[in-house]
Amino acid sequence: MLLEAHGLSAFYGNFRALDGVSLGVEDGECVSIVGPNGAGKSTLINVLTGALRPASGTVAFKGRDIRGVGPVALARLGIARSFQLVHVFPDLTVLETLQAAVISRLGRGARLFASLARDREVRARALEIAELFRLADKAAMAARHLAQGDKKLLDVASAFALQPEIILLDEPTSGVSTADKTAIMETLVTASRRIGLRAIIQVEHDMDIVFAYSDRIIALHQGKVLADATPAQFKADRAVVDTVIGRALAEPC
Amino acid sequence: MTGWALLTVGVAAVLSVPFVAAPYYALLMLPFMAYAVVLLGLNLLFGYTGLVSFGHALFVGLGAYTGAVLTTHTSVRSMEVILVAAALVGAAVAAPVGLLCVRHVKIYFGMLTLAFGMVFYTFLLKFYRLTGGDEGMRILRPSLLGQSLEAMPKTDYLVVPYYYYAFAVLAVLTIAMWRIVHSPFGLCLRAVRDNPAKAEALGLGVTRYRWYSFVISAVYAAVGGALLGPPIGNVDPTLAYWTHSGNIVFMTLLGGFAHFFGPVLGAFVFIFLQDSVMSVVPYWRLVFGAILAILVIFAPGGLMGLLARARPRAALRR
Repeated sequence: MLLEAHGLSAFYGNFRALDGVSLGVEDGECVSIVGPNGAGKSTLINVLTGALRPASGTVAFKGRDIRGVGPVALARLGIARSFQLVHVFPDLTVLETLQAAVISRLGRGARLFASLARDREVRARALEIAELFRLADKAAMAARHLAQGDKKLLDVASAFALQPEIILLDEPTSGVSTADKTAIMETLVTASRRIGLRAIIQVEHDMDIVFAYSDRIIALHQGKVLADATPAQFKADRAVVDTVIGRALAEPC
Repeated sequence: MTGWALLTVGVAAVLSVPFVAAPYYALLMLPFMAYAVVLLGLNLLFGYTGLVSFGHALFVGLGAYTGAVLTTHTSVRSMEVILVAAALVGAAVAAPVGLLCVRHVKIYFGMLTLAFGMVFYTFLLKFYRLTGGDEGMRILRPSLLGQSLEAMPKTDYLVVPYYYYAFAVLAVLTIAMWRIVHSPFGLCLRAVRDNPAKAEALGLGVTRYRWYSFVISAVYAAVGGALLGPPIGNVDPTLAYWTHSGNIVFMTLLGGFAHFFGPVLGAFVFIFLQDSVMSVVPYWRLVFGAILAILVIFAPGGLMGLLARARPRAALRR
């Protein structure tokens, strides 16, 4: 088991956001987390990424406790994430953004007097990722000038540039038109293979995307795991479909 | 390449000042070069890391007092020793102060640096035995590269040997800073400035980078302060006062913090403008206050921003 969580509980004041959630992610899996708003998806992501310490329960990555380790340590261990709301470096170019990620991965951030421009390895790795995400022609563009969809791609691409073992994507296709969603997912799948990613965990609202790109679907409802099944089993379970899709379709996203 | 052409012309002009201009102007160039060093450092923190320090005069004062204390209380006269000692003292003070400050951002960071500056100012005032209190202390003429130069008249000493010495220090530190901002480290600083949460998600320790940047900028400020000492001859606590910190931030805004050479240009314009305004009216702060207000409202990019707007091709080489 690559990533394993047991009996997670988390509170906001008296509100129980997670209530005894257990899940596991195997090598090679793409797991989608679905559920209506307020089901605890974001809280779960925050716990799994060590940003939020659960009130009880365990989270282990390759057998190692990662509760509350924080984002920097997590990235070092090999878990990267992208954000629900787009996070870019407005004044950095696409290439610089990816170079920053590569520098971080290679541990070259303390090179004070070395020339970044002459670091061929960092440049080549960054351009490689830019090409995978079809951002190469915009490499010299400042992130703030990118279209919204490209900003989203850059956010995800920089997480891939860390060459993590697991990547957690918080709504990778939110705010993107339906036609572009499939394109983004195809890019993600190709990139995952190329960098040797071992697992993807994504929070996603679009059930077409979820069914098409998941090995397993975990449905959350009121802080509990409602279902943990393959797409085929999931579709067959009327009660689950009603709870998740019935509300998911009603909400604006 | 026009940027390089401009730089070459600028360097040639600075190098020719002692020969072509009256000594008065060469003497004005000395504080300019000292402040240029201070501002290169401040801008690593301000322009590249996104932290505004209102207490950097603390480190300028530390550097200047290091020279004064060494020359009056010990037998050290070597300018090289003074510069190295100033850098070490600057780093030694900045390391713990920075650790406390960089955990906070925005106004809290600014206020903390201001507070530490005031603490140091009061220390200078009250520890009379070491610092001479409000009268300050003299800084004896340092030797340059082992040459004593005691016999020279003061103006001759400052206008020729000290002038070129200061220029050499500025040149070396400019090249070093150029390398720092164009290094992998420099890119990480800009990432931290632009979006700390995203930088952390990419595994870049925000606090750590801010701290490094703070210490480096303090070392530059202390070395600049040490360079400032000999031309003014007498260091006093106003060097560490918060209005002096304000002047330094003003120079940065005047030149434009988004450009590597912006603050250096700002220091130059500030020094010469202050000189000419002071000779006309005694209320130079009134004039400078108005300039600052106009700058912030109409040209937040400073003089370099205006230049870049005029020639968009050469814009923002950073």
